[in-house]
Amino acid sequence: MALKIVKGSIDRMFDKNLQDLVRGIRNHKEDEAKYISTCIDEIKQELKQDNIAVKANAVCKLTYLQMLGYDVSWAAFNIVEVMSSSKFTYKRIGYLAASQCFHESTDVIMLTTNQIRKDLSSPNQYDTGVALTGLSCFVTPDLARDLANDIMTLMSHTKPYIRKKAVLIMYKVFLKYPESLRPAFPRLKEKLEDPDPGVQSAAVNVICELARRNPKNYLSLAPLFFKLMTSSTNNWVLIKIIKLFGALTPLEPRLGKKLIEPLTNLIHSTSAMSLLYECVNTVIAVLISLSSGMPNHSASIQLCVQKLRILIEDSDQNLKYLGLLAMSKILKTHPKSVQSHKDLILQCLDDKDESIRLRALDLLYGMVSKKNLMEIVKKLMLHVDKAEGTTYRDELLTKIIDICSQSNYQYITNFEWYISILVELTRLEGTRHGHLIASQMLDVAIRVKAIREFAVAQMATLLDNAHLLTGNTQRNGICEVLYAAAWICGEFSEHLENPMQTLEAMLRPKVATLPGHIQAVYVQNAAKLFATVLRSQEGNTDRTAAQETSQLMIDRLPLFVQSANLEVQERASCILQLVKYIQKLQQKDVEVAEEVNALFAGELNPVAPKAQKKVPVPEGLDLDAWINEPPSESESEDEKPRTMFTREETKHSRPRHTEVDEKELAKRREVRKQEQASNPFYIKSSPSSQKVYQEAPGVDHIPVVQIDLSVPLKVPGLPMSDQYVKLEEERRQKDRADKKKKEKKKRKEKGGRRGKRDSGPESEEDITPAHMVDIVTEEMPENALPSDDDDKDPNDPHKALDIDLDSLVAAARRRPLADSEKLPVRSHRSSEALKTMAEEVEVVAPQEAKKKGGKEKKEKKKDKEKDRKKSKEEKKKKKHKHDEGEEDLMGGQTEEPMVQSETTNDVVAPPPTTTAEVSDLDFWLSNAPVPSNSQEVAVTAVTAPAAAAAAAAAAAAAAAAAAAAVPPAASGSAPDSEPDEPKDAEVDESKSSKHKKKKQKKEKEEKDKKKKKKHHHHRHHSDGAGEESVQNGTVEEEEEPLPPMSNYCLLAENSYIKMMMEDADTVCDIQGNLQDGSQVVVSLIFENKCDSFLKAMEFNVLDSLNSRLQRPDGAGPHDGLTVPFQLPPGVSNEARFVFTVKSIVMPQKLKGTLAFIVKNEDSSTHEKLDFKLHFTCTSYLITTPCYSDAFAKLLESGDLKASSVKLEGIVMPFPHLLARICFHHHFSVVERIDSCASMYSRSIQGHHVCLLVKTADQTVSIDAKCDEPSLLSNVLDEIKLTFSQC
Amino acid sequence: MIKAILIFNNHGKPRLSKFYEHYSEDTEQQIIRETFHLVSKRDENVCNFLEGGMLIGGSENKLIYRHYATLYFVFCVDSSESELGILDLIQVFVETLDKCFENVCELDLIFHVDKVHNILAEMVMGGMVLETNMNEIIMQVDAQNKMEKSEFFPFFSLFADVYLSVYQAGQVDTGRHRRGARTRRIRRKEHESPRNAQEHQHWRHQHKSAKLTLLQIVAARWLPRPADVHQCLL
Repeated sequence: MALKIVKGSIDRMFDKNLQDLVRGIRNHKEDEAKYISTCIDEIKQELKQDNIAVKANAVCKLTYLQMLGYDVSWAAFNIVEVMSSSKFTYKRIGYLAASQCFHESTDVIMLTTNQIRKDLSSPNQYDTGVALTGLSCFVTPDLARDLANDIMTLMSHTKPYIRKKAVLIMYKVFLKYPESLRPAFPRLKEKLEDPDPGVQSAAVNVICELARRNPKNYLSLAPLFFKLMTSSTNNWVLIKIIKLFGALTPLEPRLGKKLIEPLTNLIHSTSAMSLLYECVNTVIAVLISLSSGMPNHSASIQLCVQKLRILIEDSDQNLKYLGLLAMSKILKTHPKSVQSHKDLILQCLDDKDESIRLRALDLLYGMVSKKNLMEIVKKLMLHVDKAEGTTYRDELLTKIIDICSQSNYQYITNFEWYISILVELTRLEGTRHGHLIASQMLDVAIRVKAIREFAVAQMATLLDNAHLLTGNTQRNGICEVLYAAAWICGEFSEHLENPMQTLEAMLRPKVATLPGHIQAVYVQNAAKLFATVLRSQEGNTDRTAAQETSQLMIDRLPLFVQSANLEVQERASCILQLVKYIQKLQQKDVEVAEEVNALFAGELNPVAPKAQKKVPVPEGLDLDAWINEPPSESESEDEKPRTMFTREETKHSRPRHTEVDEKELAKRREVRKQEQASNPFYIKSSPSSQKVYQEAPGVDHIPVVQIDLSVPLKVPGLPMSDQYVKLEEERRQKDRADKKKKEKKKRKEKGGRRGKRDSGPESEEDITPAHMVDIVTEEMPENALPSDDDDKDPNDPHKALDIDLDSLVAAARRRPLADSEKLPVRSHRSSEALKTMAEEVEVVAPQEAKKKGGKEKKEKKKDKEKDRKKSKEEKKKKKHKHDEGEEDLMGGQTEEPMVQSETTNDVVAPPPTTTAEVSDLDFWLSNAPVPSNSQEVAVTAVTAPAAAAAAAAAAAAAAAAAAAAVPPAASGSAPDSEPDEPKDAEVDESKSSKHKKKKQKKEKEEKDKKKKKKHHHHRHHSDGAGEESVQNGTVEEEEEPLPPMSNYCLLAENSYIKMMMEDADTVCDIQGNLQDGSQVVVSLIFENKCDSFLKAMEFNVLDSLNSRLQRPDGAGPHDGLTVPFQLPPGVSNEARFVFTVKSIVMPQKLKGTLAFIVKNEDSSTHEKLDFKLHFTCTSYLITTPCYSDAFAKLLESGDLKASSVKLEGIVMPFPHLLARICFHHHFSVVERIDSCASMYSRSIQGHHVCLLVKTADQTVSIDAKCDEPSLLSNVLDEIKLTFSQC
Repeated sequence: MIKAILIFNNHGKPRLSKFYEHYSEDTEQQIIRETFHLVSKRDENVCNFLEGGMLIGGSENKLIYRHYATLYFVFCVDSSESELGILDLIQVFVETLDKCFENVCELDLIFHVDKVHNILAEMVMGGMVLETNMNEIIMQVDAQNKMEKSEFFPFFSLFADVYLSVYQAGQVDTGRHRRGARTRRIRRKEHESPRNAQEHQHWRHQHKSAKLTLLQIVAARWLPRPADVHQCLL
């Protein structure tokens, strides 16, 4: 028997799989819960069995139940069991269950670490895949830390299926374990160029997610993404990238310029709406970032608006929606272009789709003007009446208020109209936004003085009809307006026609049903009214009236004294006692009105919402310090009652600040007044001092004032805003008519525009506001601090991922990952290790912060500079070309930007070596088409790629200078040059003065060398009347603070050259390229500095045996190359020239000449400019990363010849010294221990150069090894020279 | 990032829920309910985007949904996703289901949630889109199913057809024996003998809608390269 039962139950268990469960649930519709609970019992039985198949089946069912909302966390351990099954089928079930119900606080999750690791390294790709998928859902910080290394390995798995999953999951790992970002990032970056499109897409995905949160750290990837964008055909990836660019452009306007063209092309060419839409979106972002920058972008705006119009007109509602959404973005910066589509947008307001109507509402915000505000609001009010859903109606309400109140009520010409609109809005039932209306009422009444009388009258009627609003108080948010009404009536009670009536209205028993905070205001303002009433009544001879009023108060107030609300109770009992006292005095026939009024005397000024926050904390006050000892924990129970009160208060939520402000102010007013009165230094803040306009001399002259009577009231006392529209129109017409007749009316005194004869269409300015409104500005504390950082969420997990990655990509050479930073490998979790890791992070942090600071500064300066001299941008190219490290990544990319720049610049010198490396962001960006009208300073940049040849352009002697110019690239060489800059900047700042000296020296040298040129120089000064008289010195001074070495040095060249040259300037930079060991590209920027037109420029160089200029086929060896452009005055342009270099072991110089024709209005003269190109040995070196083990091997190999040099009197700190060597001589730091460092570099022809730099007591010894002794000695000489100059 | 993927029917019954952030079971149900309320009251021909799901992440997130026959497919995404792209992704998802289940209908989703999960896992991982190419997805799903089968039938490869016919019922179609599988499946659906009259009634009722598969019903609107497939993925 027992056996039978057992057997039966086993059968049943086996029977019931997921399908059976589902079927069962469907069959038990009535008692589903009961059925499921029996099922759960069965499942529990099943889970107790040893058979894994049964368990898996049970877990599978649990997963389903979890979806239905049943908590299955109790089975977590069984899930882990199923996960660890060796069979893929069960494993998959287990992981699915885990991904559905595990989370960070699931404790068994730590048991899974080893299982997951095992699965990750399983030979079966699907085991791995399933583990990765599961892990992506339940990864915890612990798992992330322990498995990060394993996952990173998987990123290079042979199967793309695994690679893409591993790449994707890295994002989750980063989120949970931010420390892993730095070590994993280079590999992640590699994956951007994975051969498999899926992996590539995954990497794009991850980086886009990362970059969205901390875009500035990913700016340096822009070139890479740009390349992907122009090469990819996968729309999904394209969309991601384009979205990413949208996030990046605000940080780097130059990027935007570069993007516009390809994006525009895409917009024109793509047939995919999704892509088109994202392109338009990003173009908008670009335009926003450029904002006013470029006038010729109006074409792009037009294009966007046009395309969006097409979207909006589409029958597909989705496109319509998105079109409106994007339109609203344009609205912010280019409202004009959107306004022309007003018809379309108003049409959308009538769309049947609510989402579309909402979007159209957003746009309305920008459509209004003084002229059409009333009309538009009228239309919206109609919608309000028609709207069924409360959400849409609420949205309408907020929009109406937004539209009207925008930019300080700029578009409101008639505030009476606005008040009536607000009052009309109070008729909405069940809106959540009562408080919004209330605060508008308060704001207008307080700040627009002229309207107070009208407002008070309206509010009094509101109070009178309060019962209409409070239909069912608790759920009705609209009763909030009573708060405003009561306050306005109380505060400005002097304007009340019948204060007594209002007072009675405020003391009705029904009031006690209102929310507490409103009652409190009622009570307080009843007191104010009481004071007013008393005064008016005491003026009369009849004393009884006054006493009756007091009696009324005494009768009614006890109701409030009984209130459950503390605030109401307190105020009521205070005031009650006060009134009783007054009554006593009254009975003694004492005049009290004055004294009672004094309680509420004084003007309340509006306070800006953030004013309190912006009060600077006084020095020495630590707000975080405990004043008393913190209460012990046991006391916490006592707090319960307190929370009860606060809870009650928050239930009727009013904007808290106003409440506090009001009460606070009311209480302190008296004190303040006294203080002010007794303080002789207090300057009374007479409101008129803040006024821009004088208060209208006679408000009663305003034509509209009388309407009060003419308005037929629907609900007693509630005005109809429509009337105002009509009246307003009439008024305007009258105005116009008046103007025509040129009648002298008082209105004119108010500053309204004097009418003109021509009565064209009414323009904005023609509309004179009905009230010359004095809008009182809000008060702010005197030395308020700008605080924009209020809104950052400190809990954002992405904040932890704000890690400077740029410095890392070049990791090997600049700041290798510290051991402790590397990802923990297998089970090494000793607490000590963790500790060091933490320390390391701490150490890193400030450093990074500094860097960032530097960067920012630099950027700012850049901006400034840009205005003056765009040329510098051009120069930045130099820097960039140096990134040999990037070759692989950038290989394909280099071509494009280059080509682009050429086409735009129209410079086609000898075929530009596509080899030039473009890794550096700045360089890449600087390639952006230069607008033809830009005023650039003449600079000639020479980029010599191929072998790092250092070609000095005209400024030949600039050997040193060139070296200086190159370094930035060198030190930054790594793929992301960006990171480097900050560091450079740092170094540079500290040494800028030294640089200056150095530069000057250089200049001297050069001058000596070229006396001829000096001649030129003199001439230039003597007869160059019309020329820019920027002196070398002055320029330098201005530019000196520029942090990055590169800029600095370039500028030096720039100004130097200026002095040397009469009509054109030349600066050069030289760069080597690994790919082609014998080519050097020199790019020159010519700038015309005189008033004449320069044309027929011919560039020629005297070839040496070793180096020669590449000339087009068929040209003789001595023919010059024509520069393919002409230069109008003030314009600069760039040309590139290619040189072939045979031997790189010796520095060399090339003489050259630039011949050109200067064309004046009536004459033209031939001119010539000589220069020398200087190729230093250093410039043949390429910064190449080297790992310490490879470095050690290299040294051990014994193939290298040694040499050494000693530098005396070096005072700079060691890191600066290293940075200098890196910077100027293209080395990378392999390892650094205390005051000793090994460095490495490589020549374009593959020579290794190793340095061991030691420092002690101002003496620096450099031991060097190289397989080419003469190269080595030359390099050492150059290093020596560099340091002797500082 | 995709925050959640929900599938529920016209009555709000969840057919699949996948949350990429953790919520308690109660909250999850609440989210499903709220989403259903938001989505179900919208007309057929309004736009497919919705703001204002209060529960998941608040205002930054959008609901992007499509309505197929008896089912709503809702993706809750943040601002980093392209709206139109996600719409296409839903289409890809449904078409993939259609291929894997051979004319997918609500019943397939009801009885084979686990398989739908597995298919989804090949498309979206941890809230990020993993693969958008339908063929690739189907290939991986098939490969895994095959592996699953081989675990139970070690000689699967030798007697594939025999085992297949035995095992077919309830399995995701591998696509290798499409035609045969299809007839069998239909038979299975029809033969799923009701256990009692009531269920029978229900079954038939269900079947009416079930007969028209998701995509067929929607075909008039979506399928012939519908105008609102935005060619991001398809």
